[in-house]
Formats: sequence, C-alpha cells, structure tokens
Amino acid sequence: METIKRNDYNFAFLDEGSKREIRRAILHAIAIPGYQVPFGSRELPIGRGWGTGGIQLTMSLIGPNDTLKVIDQGNDDSVNAVSIKRLICSTTGVETTTDTAEANIIQSRHRIPEEPLREDQVLVLQVPTPEPLRSVDAHEAVTRQLHADAEYTGIWVNLFEQLLTRGSAFKGADHPVMADDRYVMNPSPIPRYDNPKLDHAQCLYLFGAGREKKIYAVPPYTKVESLAFDDHPFEQENMEGRKCRLCGAEHVYFDEIFDPETGERYYQCSDTGYCLKRQNEQKAEKEGLR
Amino acid sequence: MERKKPVMWGRHITVRFGEGCDYCRTHTNLEKGRCPKCHTIWAVRDVDFQVYPGEILGIVGESGSGKSTLLKTLYFDQQATSGEAYLSLYHEGKENFLNVSSQQKRYLRNHMMGMVYQNPMLGLRMKLSSGANIAEKLIAAGGRDAGRMIDRSIELLHHVEIPTERLRDQPRVFSGGMQQRVQISKAIANTPPILLLDEVTTGLDLSVQAKVLDLIRSIQKELGIAMLIVSHDLAVIRMMSDRTMVMLGGRVVEEGLTDQILEDPLHEYTQTLVSSLL
Repeated sequence: METIKRNDYNFAFLDEGSKREIRRAILHAIAIPGYQVPFGSRELPIGRGWGTGGIQLTMSLIGPNDTLKVIDQGNDDSVNAVSIKRLICSTTGVETTTDTAEANIIQSRHRIPEEPLREDQVLVLQVPTPEPLRSVDAHEAVTRQLHADAEYTGIWVNLFEQLLTRGSAFKGADHPVMADDRYVMNPSPIPRYDNPKLDHAQCLYLFGAGREKKIYAVPPYTKVESLAFDDHPFEQENMEGRKCRLCGAEHVYFDEIFDPETGERYYQCSDTGYCLKRQNEQKAEKEGLR
Repeated sequence: MERKKPVMWGRHITVRFGEGCDYCRTHTNLEKGRCPKCHTIWAVRDVDFQVYPGEILGIVGESGSGKSTLLKTLYFDQQATSGEAYLSLYHEGKENFLNVSSQQKRYLRNHMMGMVYQNPMLGLRMKLSSGANIAEKLIAAGGRDAGRMIDRSIELLHHVEIPTERLRDQPRVFSGGMQQRVQISKAIANTPPILLLDEVTTGLDLSVQAKVLDLIRSIQKELGIAMLIVSHDLAVIRMMSDRTMVMLGGRVVEEGLTDQILEDPLHEYTQTLVSSLL
C-alpha cells in the first residue's frame, strides 16, 4: 500500500483558508459556552460520522511542535483512533503519545481521560448528535429559536418521562448539561461518569460534529451542570467496590469484561493510557525495590 | 356599584389571509369572509370581546365563521393581522399581548392560559405517558420537583376520572373521551386564570360529551377559571356559557346573555341558528 507523503498535502491536510474559518468558528464557540456554531464541514479522506468534526478541529489547531493523543472509548489502539492518528501524523509529522499528561491536543470519542487536564491542554471531542433538542423537534429553525428563547421544556419532559417510566431520569451517555447557566448542550456520548469533569475544568473542551456541521465549546473554568430534578440529584454510574484487574485502580470508569467460559466478570480501566501508565509505574517501583 | 374588570379582553382583532384590496377593506359584509375581487379571506374581522373572572363565554357559529381562528390567535397558534388583546394579570392589563416577543408568548401560554383542542393530537404528545403530558405544563411553568409533579398528575387524573394506574400509559391507547380528559388535566395543571376550549366535544358520543361537559362545569365552579368555549353546537353553548357571541363570516353579529340570545335572537343568522335547534 502506498503511504501518504507529508508533502503531498498542505500541512494538516486542510487548506489554510478552511483552517482559518474553523478557527474563527472555534473562537465564536469559546465566546458563548455551549452555543452551537455552524461551520462548513470539509470533505476528508474518512467517512462522515467517523470523527470528521473532531479531526477538522484538531487539524485547524495543531502545530508542528504539538504532541497528539487520540483515543476512542478510552482506547488508544482501537481502529478508529489508529486511523485518525495515522491521517494526522502523516500530514503533519507531529509526535504522538498515549500518556495524557504529555499531550497538548487530545482527540477523543466517548471518554474524557482519567487524569485531570491542565490549562495548556485541549480536549477535542467527536460528536455524532450535537443538538439536545433534536428529539423535541426535527426542524433546525425551530430548535435554534428554542435555544434563543432558552426554552428547554422538551428536554426536561423527556427526562421526566424517563423517570416516570423507567425509574431514572439519567441517560447512560450524552446526558444533557447546562453550560454557563445559558445553553443546554449534549456533552457528546461520554458516560455520565465524565460529566462532572466538564465543570470548572482547567482545560478547553471543543466539540466537533462533522456530519451535522456544528462546533461548540466549554472554555476553562466554566460552570457546567448536569440536568437533574430538585428531588433527584444527578448521579454518576456507581463504580464502588470495583477494581481494575490489570493495574488495581479504583474510583475510575471501568469496562466490564465477561468471560463466557468461566462465567466470571472482570473490570478493567476504560482509559487504556492511564492503565498502562499505572502498570509501568508499578513495574518500575517493583524493579527499583529489587 | 363597582364594575368588575374583565380577565381577558380583545379589541379590533383581525386575522386576514391575503393582502386585501380597496373593495374588501371597505365592504365588511363579505360572504363567508371571502373577497370576490382579490380572494383574500378575512377569517376574523374587527372582533371585540371581554371575558370576566369566573365567567364562561361561548362563541358559536357555523364552520368557517372564524371562531377557532380567534381562539388560536389568542393562544398564539395563529398570528393576528391587527388588533389588541389584554390579560388583567399581565402588566395589569396595560400591554397588548398579541405583539409581545416569542419568550413572552411562551410565558403567557405556560402561566396564564390553558388550551384544549378539538383534536387531541394537537394538545398531547401521543408518544409520552399521560403523566408526562400533564407534567409538561408544570415543567414549562418552571416546575423542577419530580415528586410533586407526579403527585399533581395523579391528583389531576383522579379529578378527571381516569384511573390513576394509567399514569404511565400513553394517550394514544386511550379512547377519544379519555384523551380529551387528559388534555383538560394538562390545561388546568397550573390553574391558569383563563381556559380556552375549542370544540372539545366534537366527535365524541353523547354520553361521553355529557361527561366532558360536566367535568368542565365542575372545574369552572371549583377553580373559578374563566373560560372561552368555541362550539358550533348550540346545545353545548346553552348548557355551558353565561354569555354568548355569535360569529358569521369572521365578524361578531350578536352578543349577549346566553338566555337572551337563545330566547330572543335579534340577528337573522342567529334566528336561523336557534330555529334549527328548536
């Protein structure tokens, strides 16, 4: 297979005009937390719905001296993460890492890394459905008017219906949040466990939806509150009593692994980079002791 | 004696579909409200009305006379071409609420009015439970205590004689009469000062009609909510309303106490209407 040569394309694949337009949309999004800014989503050598929104954000922001980390559902080595990393690296030549602390641009799907992010880091999230009001009304003109009026009754009614019929008002992933007491936004399909990490975070969160052509953002130190009724406060998934079988971590988000042969259930850190780092540290500690 | 102030009143309300021409602007007596020259439809033309606290005002007229359009205009489902309408509880009756912002319109719909449509599909979300449908009105008015809202939904279902164990059932599996009763529960959930009812008994069989009308009457007596009832059925108007307005071709042709209108109609159209009933 022929490999892509860096000089065959502009730096970071997109032309400079496109990157500039996307950066303008990002600035607009940062200025109004949670507000969905429309942008001209570009064609990419990757299918729409496979992270093209996130890639365009990353491509517009990345510089030659940046260090990139790409994760897919917490995993550094999944097909989607590897393909995206390969595209970005082959058109920019930047360094990649699996260590969250070393990266300054992290592109992710479905997870926020376990390690708290710093002010000098940007987390780019890939978003399939940016519009929290889409289940309320199918028309874009109507949902924009509802956002303008801060009319979120429809979302609350859906949560109430869930509470009434299923006993819980909380969605497994993509539970809506209120950004800066103004806009309700979908935090991309991150598990509820990660929602509190958005609140008053040090880093910049950017959300890109390539198919839906929307960009939105949560700037550092912004108030982000998960929607919950007064008498049913927001709850994360309960990870109490679980432990990673590889690194022994507790109080993190776990993947559950079922062994059909033995019928046993194991838990493993969903964030593989974090797990590997812990394993290496434990190994180094042991070797040091010897 | 001090005169009571109306809870809602309108002045010169006009809803027109089309640009209009010199002919129809000067001729008010258009047949079926349609201009023969420019084909503009004058659905509602220069309508004045007042509804007093605790009163039921009936609006009667043939199909196409503009009665439902008037109600839809007051509930912001239809844009008025011109005219003014006021609510005594909104800015002390000093602000024409037909021209306010979309946010203010939502506030008025959620806090000050209730609407029961002829077609329950317009007033209810059929894929949500009846409990969530009722709670929608409470949530829209700022309710965020789920427990209280569930209790209130149960209370209202009980009030309209729907078994409370059907709280989680979707209205689409209910009969027409039950759907209307869920709509009524939703409309009165936060006890608005005014309730708008658009042909609520049309399409229901006689025994169900009687039940729904009894329910509306008891709600009006119990809560003292002022109501605007639209119907083409004079029997419904006779049973329900204190005062009646008769509409024809988008205009009000007669107005007065219901007994007076039915016993001694002055306008030719009202006389035909009453004689057809008797």
